[in-house]
Amino acid sequence: MTSSPPARRKPFVREVLGRSDYAIIGDLIEPNTSVLDLGCGEGELLEWLAANKNVTGRGVEIDGTRVQRAIARGVSAYQGDIDQGLADYPADSFDYVILSQTLQETRKPLAALREMLRVGRNAVVAFPNFGHWSVRISHLISGRAPRTRIFPHAWYDSPNIHFFTVRDFEDLIAREGWKIERRYFLAGRHRGRLLANLMAEVAVYLVRR
Amino acid sequence: MTVETKLARFDGVDLDIGSRIAPVEVAYETYGTLNAARDNAILIVHAFTGDAHAAGICPEDGKPGWWDNMIGPGKAFDTNKYFMICSNVLGGCRGTTGPSSINPATGKPYALSFPGITIADMVRLQHMLVKHLGIERLLAVAGGSMGGMQALEWAVMYPDMVASAIPIATTARHSAQQIAFNEVGRQAIMADLNWNNGDYYGGDPPARGLAVARMVGHITFMSDDSMKQKFGRRLRDKETFSFDFSVDFEVESYLRYRGSQFVNRFDANSYLYITKALDYFDLANGYGSLAKAFEKTQARFLVISFTSDWLYPSYQSLEVVSALRGLNKDVAYCELESNYGHDAFLVDVGAQTEVVRGFLASTYREVTHQ
Repeated sequence: MTSSPPARRKPFVREVLGRSDYAIIGDLIEPNTSVLDLGCGEGELLEWLAANKNVTGRGVEIDGTRVQRAIARGVSAYQGDIDQGLADYPADSFDYVILSQTLQETRKPLAALREMLRVGRNAVVAFPNFGHWSVRISHLISGRAPRTRIFPHAWYDSPNIHFFTVRDFEDLIAREGWKIERRYFLAGRHRGRLLANLMAEVAVYLVRR
Repeated sequence: MTVETKLARFDGVDLDIGSRIAPVEVAYETYGTLNAARDNAILIVHAFTGDAHAAGICPEDGKPGWWDNMIGPGKAFDTNKYFMICSNVLGGCRGTTGPSSINPATGKPYALSFPGITIADMVRLQHMLVKHLGIERLLAVAGGSMGGMQALEWAVMYPDMVASAIPIATTARHSAQQIAFNEVGRQAIMADLNWNNGDYYGGDPPARGLAVARMVGHITFMSDDSMKQKFGRRLRDKETFSFDFSVDFEVESYLRYRGSQFVNRFDANSYLYITKALDYFDLANGYGSLAKAFEKTQARFLVISFTSDWLYPSYQSLEVVSALRGLNKDVAYCELESNYGHDAFLVDVGAQTEVVRGFLASTYREVTHQ
């Protein structure tokens, strides 16, 4: 087996789905609203939302080079981690807070979600589904930490530190008393809701307080 | 591009201290063309020892401006698109009224009779110049170090006149360490017998004191790393140590050279007045907090710091950013990678060029679509 490259913190939704997350998030975000994108990368999504939905956007990104590129394309991006990115803002600063790749990478996912729903009236959360059949099979057959298309990293160099499924996520949302407004399940280039916890590689949720 | 320094004259400027300097002159340069809508003007504000000559070539001495790598056709501040203004600060010695200027009341240089000044006073004078040039709203106010302080002050003092502010390698308040370095510089000047309580015009200036002050300054502008790369422990024109206190090391030679050059272009009293203005600077003064100070600002902000800048470390930029975000203001922030210490905003401008160019372009789009 060849050694895997160091973990790249690419926006996985965009990597897996190409541009189709624009279509989904474009679906979710109402025009003329305000959006905070956590882990905004090079600001492509915010630029797209500004151009196509007249959205006022702000971005947070930990990687300095990406922040520079985001600013260079006219996006108001801030270099920092997600916790810092949220703490400064007063409540209700945004219509939407987007976390499109990294909930499974945050140290305290619940705290992150609570902060998102303090700062924003709505949260858009996307994450890779650990309940996908390929994950289950990989683990069952190999007896090792699963490695699949959406979880490609070796256990020792993975940025993912929390592993959860569609069902886990919905349980948590219910427990916190939040409301799921919209849900999308994706596998490859397909969308579908049948046996979501088994079939979805990526889930995208619109959650309201 | 050869440029000329122009002079504007005003009846007087009111100061924070309560007095007034009257009349007052401002040296300034402009680059590019003000468009018909007058919405493409950018004010560049210089650092402590800078001057109005920010870009282009000075016809007298052939010297490029201090930010010539950032301002010009196709550069970050693109003079094909924008109309750039830069003026020497109040209290300076490069054409604008300062302690070395003649006090019309006495016919002699002001020297220490020049009133104490602040960053806000400098901004007040720039504001008069901008109005004089027929500009109602600036697309941006941009500068590094002390220039960054002025950019912040502009956004706070004249919120409806500033579409965007670009404070670079700067702070909203001088720290004890920053004040301490300035005090060493001032003490070096005042310890020079030639200083003579500021009354040295017509005689020998306190050149040695001023040179020492500049040497200290230069150390704070560089980083440990950049000094290591630039000088290391290399000896200057010799194989062994001299043991006679002459120049042994390259770094000594460099500092002495910089010090001796500086006295030819800078006035010791200006050094005293401007460093005090820096030390007095606290944007929260009169507001209670930074957040309160920023409350009425309407500008977009682009805040930039540099990894190796230990004179104005990134945490100070983050204080500004944090206060602005706390008010949900439009602020972009990045910490650029550089070895060059505080000097980075002047010499290591690759990434800085990209972010400034993009930020200005988007600000201009916003301004023209309103």
